[in-house]
Formats: sequence, C-alpha cells, structure tokens
Amino acid sequence: MKPLAALMLSLVLLPWAAVAETRIDVTYLHVETPQPPVLSNLDPEPADLGLAGAQLAQQDNATTGRFLGHVYTLDAVSIPLDQDPLAAARQALTGTDLLIVDAPADVLLAIADLPEAAKALIFNTSAEDISLRSQDCRANILHSAPSLAMRTDALAQFLVKRRWTKLAMIEGSHPEDMAFATALEHSAEKFGLKIGARKTWAFDADMRRQAAQEVPLFTQDLGTYDALLVADETGDFGRYIAYNTWLPRPVAGSEGLTATAWAPVVEQWGAAQLQSRFRALTGRQMHPQDYAAWAALRSIGEAVTRGATSDAPTLHEFLMSADFELAGFKGRPLTYRAWNGQLRQPIPLTHPRALVTQAPLEGFLHQRTELDTLGLDAPESDCAAYAA
Amino acid sequence: MTILRTAALLALVTMPASGAEIWVTNEKDDTISVIDVDTLEVIRTLPTGERPRGITFSHDFSRVYICASDSDTVQVMDPVSGEILHDLPSGEDPEQFVLHPDDRHLYIANEDDAITTVVDTETRRVVAQIDVGIEPEGMAVSPDGKVAITTSETTNMAHWIDTETQKLFANTLVDSRPRHAEFVKDGRELWVSSEIGGTITVFDTATQAEIAKIAFEVDGIHPDRVQPVGFEFTQGDSHAFVALGPSNHLAVVNAETYEVEDYILVGRRVWHMAFSPDKDLLFTTNGVSGDVTVVDVAKRTAIKSIKVGRFPWGAALRP
Repeated sequence: MKPLAALMLSLVLLPWAAVAETRIDVTYLHVETPQPPVLSNLDPEPADLGLAGAQLAQQDNATTGRFLGHVYTLDAVSIPLDQDPLAAARQALTGTDLLIVDAPADVLLAIADLPEAAKALIFNTSAEDISLRSQDCRANILHSAPSLAMRTDALAQFLVKRRWTKLAMIEGSHPEDMAFATALEHSAEKFGLKIGARKTWAFDADMRRQAAQEVPLFTQDLGTYDALLVADETGDFGRYIAYNTWLPRPVAGSEGLTATAWAPVVEQWGAAQLQSRFRALTGRQMHPQDYAAWAALRSIGEAVTRGATSDAPTLHEFLMSADFELAGFKGRPLTYRAWNGQLRQPIPLTHPRALVTQAPLEGFLHQRTELDTLGLDAPESDCAAYAA
Repeated sequence: MTILRTAALLALVTMPASGAEIWVTNEKDDTISVIDVDTLEVIRTLPTGERPRGITFSHDFSRVYICASDSDTVQVMDPVSGEILHDLPSGEDPEQFVLHPDDRHLYIANEDDAITTVVDTETRRVVAQIDVGIEPEGMAVSPDGKVAITTSETTNMAHWIDTETQKLFANTLVDSRPRHAEFVKDGRELWVSSEIGGTITVFDTATQAEIAKIAFEVDGIHPDRVQPVGFEFTQGDSHAFVALGPSNHLAVVNAETYEVEDYILVGRRVWHMAFSPDKDLLFTTNGVSGDVTVVDVAKRTAIKSIKVGRFPWGAALRP
C-alpha cells in the first residue's frame, strides 16, 4: 500500500538505557495582537490558547522519546504588543531551527524571511489566510492550521448535501470577517451555491439587550433563503443572530453550524482520549488553535520517531514524503500537501452541543484523496516555493 | 419427575444444541448482549458498569471479566446469574486486557494513564504497574506466559513485558495507532494491527524482529478508510480474520504466506470478533451499525446480522 522505509524495519530498542540521545528543541512563538472589543465576554480567549496544545504534544512526544532516547524540549516565548517580534524570532533561531508560530500572516512572513530562518522549519498554527497557501507561501513554512478555504469548503459541502443552496449572509466589518466572507463566496461558487442578499453588521447598540428587537428587523429584507451565513470571526455579534432572524432559518459560518479544525464536541476516532488528556493538562476545552499547535509538534515528533533526526531540512523532507502520516484523531491519516505545505485534514462541522458531520462529505470525490476537495488543490495554488 | 427427566433427555438428543453463547459488550449502552450460537438470537441483556469494552472469561468459564472503562474498574460477573460479584482494581480507564495462562493475572491497558496494570484476580490486588506509551490498548500474552504485550496508540509501539520481572525488555515501532495484538503459531509470532497505518506487522517473538507487514486493499474504498483493528485466527492458526473498521469489511489473511485471500462485507465500523466453539461461525461487533454480523467461516460469507446494543465493541465465546 505504501513504501516501507528501510529505517522502519525492525527497530528493536532497549528501554531508557544504552541508546544514543537525540535532542529536539522547539520554540513556540506567540506574537500578541490587539483584540477588538466584542459585545459579550462570555467566552474569553484562554491565555494559553495554542500553547497548551503544543504542551500536550510535548508530553506525547516525550513519552515516546523515552523509549527511543529522544529528548524533546519546548520553549514558550510570548511577545508583547510593544516589542519587536522579529528580534524575538532571531533570538529563538539562535537556539533552534524548529519554530511553532502563532502570529498574523505579515509577521509570520517577516519571520520566515529572516536570513536566520533560511534553514528553519516553521509551523503556522493560527494564520488561516488563503494567500499563505498560494502566492505568499514560503518554502520554510508548513501549515497545521486549516486555511479559511478548507473551512468554508467544508461548510459548502454540507449545504450542498442538505440542498440548502440559497443563502444570505451577514458580515462584520473587521478584516477577519471580510476575509471569511470572501472565502465563503469562493466556496459557494466552487460548489454551486448562491449567496443572495448580503448585509454588513454595523450597529452601535449593545446587542445583548437589543438583539430580540433589532435582528428580526435587520434580517427582514434578506429575501428568501435556506440558510443564513454569518461572517463574524472575532465573535462580536454573531451569537445574537440565531432564533432572532425574520425567517426561521439555520445559521452557519462563524456561529451556529461552524467548520473548524477541532471542537470540544469531537469524540469519535479516539478523539475522546485526546480531549480528556487535554482537559487533564489544562482544565479547559481544546480549541482549534490548540489542535493546530498539537498537530505541529506531533508532526515533528512523528518524523523524529520514524526518521530519528532533529535536523530541520531533513525533518521537513521526511514530513513531505510518502512515509509520513500523522494519526490526528480524525479517522484518517493526516499528511502535508506537496504543493503548499498545508496539512490535509478532515474538518468537523459542529454546533456547540454536538458534531453534526465531518467533511469531506460522502459523494465529494477527488482523484487523489477526498481530503483534497477541501481548500486549495494543486491547480488552484500559486505557491512557487513548494513547486520548486 | 422421571417423565420430566426423560423429556429433557429426549430434547437434548433430538436437538443438537451446543448451548454456546457469544457475549458482546455494548460500549454506549452499558450492557452485554448474549447471543445464542444455535438460534443466532440475543437471549439475554445484562447490565454492566459504564462503557464496557474488553471482555474475557476465566479458563473454567465460571467468571467473566469486563473492562468498565468509564467506571475505572474491571468487573467480575457470574455468567450464570449475570450478577456482578465484585470489582477489581484496574487503574484508570481500563480499555482492553488479557488473562495470563496462569488463569490468575490480568494485564490491563489503562488508556488515559499510559500504564499497564497487572492485577491478581485472587487477592484482588495490583501486582505491578508498568509505564508504557501514550494510550495503551492492545494486550496479548504469549502461550508460555513469559511475555506480555501492550500496544500504545499514540506512541505507536508494541511494548514487550517480561512477566517475571514485570519490566519492559523491548519496544518495537509499528505503524500509526496500533490497536490489537495476538501471539500465534504457539507463540512464535506476534501480530499487531495498526488502524491508521492500515497494516498488520508480524514479529518473530524470539528476536522481536519484524518479519512481515500485511497491507489491505478493498475495491472502491479509499486506503485511508481501510483500518485494521481486531483479528482472530481460524483452527490451527492457518488464517486470520481481520476487522477493517470503517471500510465495513473483514479480510481473510493466509497466515503462512501473509497474503490477503478474501474480503467479506459486514456491518459498519467492524471492531472485534469471536468464534463459535468449533470455529465454523465468526461473530463480529459492528460499532456504528449497532449489530453483530455472523460469518460462515468455510464459505467466507456473512449469513446474518443480529441487532445488539449501541456501539458493540468486545466479543467473547462462552461454550
């Protein structure tokens, strides 16, 4: 079924003793970004968002490493708003070539373009920008976070399956909202859905008190539609839309039915174990960004286990090879796309209480793997760095 | 009295009833469904602790051990009355276990704790706890009782335990997410299935060296969905029947050539299985469809589906 690497053959290993030690040092870089105010503070962002996922993977890797003589370290660096992220990245790169980065796209690219990072391997665990998987890709970046396109394609597949083909959309005015709305638009086109009326949310009133009065009126002129898309990626107004729409319609997008890399309600395929290990470690639920960071560091661990090297270029080569696969608790092996370094992965579609389904949905076919029906396929990506 | 006895005797003579049963744990119903091998019907449903998974009988079949994962215990049941006799200390989240040939010690995988727990079923005490990889699951013990195996799903290893010292003496890598392990051919070989890797690795027990790797290919199903989990061997260990999870098929593997000879369509997300006493019927648990498929072993075809509880997981024969 797949070529078996010679190095995997009969690795018989003594526990703990008598094994040459390999060190794998990884730095987790968190670049703080200003958070816009939101209407409700019901769900504050955890202070260790993302990092906690890396810490869990560090434990997983260390346990495996114990049997193989591999020693893993994870150094966490958080860069405050008033400090230069590039200086911190340079500093980190003096100690390791393996970075896990939680930063906006522009900062991520600036870090990747540092001369010190030429031979580094950087995992993007938070920036979902489609451009990073296309014209702005870099040869030293892998993306464990799904792109916006993967998320919105997942949603579009579900809408097609349910034949909710006539859509309306409410979008916020933050850049993240607009990027998500654009991605929804592309996915709608790709899968033959029609987005009719679109409105921008631009209220100043406090919707915690006014939603019941305002939202029915605000949605009255959206015409007829099967489902209402909400593009509110900062979590500002979206939570007040459901049940307040003029027409009784399901809500999807940033609220209601959401498509994300991970959700606390995912429990199939052994996911319950990952969730409970995460809860035991952190005392909170696992968010998509935690999953992306976990997948990044576990990718490193898996590559080291199978290839037994800590050298970044060799690891990178192994991660892109047919010998690599990650068991990511999503029911299928996860691999990296050769054309842009994106981690292929199923996308759970969930509401706050349960998994609705998981994309790719049955019936969406692809000549390589159905997973490539989500996000940029090879012909759609203008990534030159990986084409080389 | 005499008439009654004669009638009973006559009934026994005219109906060649074996009285054998297949016991199936229903992970999300907290019950066991007992299937009559002769009628192929569920004849009893017994309550258990939370999330029952692994199930095995003592050698004389006077007790049945059940991993009640979410109750964090191994329950000991009287199979005649269906009553829980007592609980055994098992460590947290016991998923799967194996009974040592001494009929006394249980080797238990504690999925949440990266530990294998050894319990003495007579003294009801924990004899040893052994650190293994993340998410231990598959358990096996060699026929001579000298070696126990734990496979760890996230560490992707088979851990070899010396049962004398209760210490690891080897750790061998396998493909992603190992699920099940069995010693075969009088203990000369160890087979380990890898769910996400999609393979079975065969080890030479004496040297712990890998001697074969078996891959599977089901027509019309993407390789990603062909996920080997539980497997059992036919009479004389000549063939292995391998559950292939969400591909909803069993594979029949020739245990000498390591080649796949057949695929059999069964229920959805097939997990584990148990044979009838003479191994002419095979009963598979199908997690997603909530039923058990009965397979005619000689003809290699499914002959019946039996509805059981929600998410059937483990299966064991009570002859």
